[in-house]
Amino acid sequence: MESDVLVVDDSAAIRKILQRVLRQTGMAIRTIHEAGDGQEALEVMKSQSVSLVLTDINMPKMDGIQLLGALKSSPQWHKIPVVMITTEGGETKVGEAVRLGAAGYVRKPFTADQIKEKLAGILEPALPL
Amino acid sequence: MNVQNLIIDLISQSAANVFSTMLGAELGPPEASIEQGVPEVNDGIVSFIGLAGAWAGTGSVVCSPTVACRICSLMLMTDTTSVDADVLDAVAELTNMIVGSVKNDLEPHLGTLGLSIPTVVFGKNFRTKSAGATDWIVVRFPWEGDVLVVKLFLAPTERVPHAVSHMMGQTCPLEV
Repeated sequence: MESDVLVVDDSAAIRKILQRVLRQTGMAIRTIHEAGDGQEALEVMKSQSVSLVLTDINMPKMDGIQLLGALKSSPQWHKIPVVMITTEGGETKVGEAVRLGAAGYVRKPFTADQIKEKLAGILEPALPL
Repeated sequence: MNVQNLIIDLISQSAANVFSTMLGAELGPPEASIEQGVPEVNDGIVSFIGLAGAWAGTGSVVCSPTVACRICSLMLMTDTTSVDADVLDAVAELTNMIVGSVKNDLEPHLGTLGLSIPTVVFGKNFRTKSAGATDWIVVRFPWEGDVLVVKLFLAPTERVPHAVSHMMGQTCPLEV
């Protein structure tokens, strides 16, 4: 089954890099949606099908921890896996993300292989052509 | 090791790691100094990111438009020749990753630090000033005939020295 991924980061550069990396993973991905912060992400989720969220932590308006909390407390979205992709490496924010139910964590700077490895247990591989 | 030397080491490691991981590029050997006094006049691109906690300060990346375009081209795999929104965004993210990594590695020594959202300025003949910043730790990296500068100012905000507590009479390995 193909996945619809939502990439949430206030940096357009990181959103573009993640789009490219996701397309190169060989995973079955149908659509990649983008949002610049947590609030925008929730708006996207109201109108689009999303099966995986990749989110930064430090963002304006609504940060990644708040977004994760909103998703995990929602009856509609609580089962959607959320992977944090962030410069944050401290116990405080990463620990909070884990406690709230984050499916994984990748620290920036990242390689394509690190993203692929983290998503291997979450997304299905694409079928061979 | 004192905090200044620790920060110089961490900036050197972090910038090299970000360049190799995100850009597939290798920076030249770092040259560190401490800069004081009146801020110099800038031409080009300057980014800032704030640090706050028991220690507070500012991290900054300074480079020419040519270097910024090269960073953007490598990061986004595009051919960028003029400074646009993508270039400013790429420099902002580079600053976030370099200073964010330094912050993470400083936290075991200095306690929890918060990181702000980066700001990037592009222009000619401008000066910058961060309130309270007097001694900047400056690390210059040669890169393909040009230079990338990473600067950091950090000072304790209160007399709660470190995350690590010490017994009476012990000497602290981290000196300000």
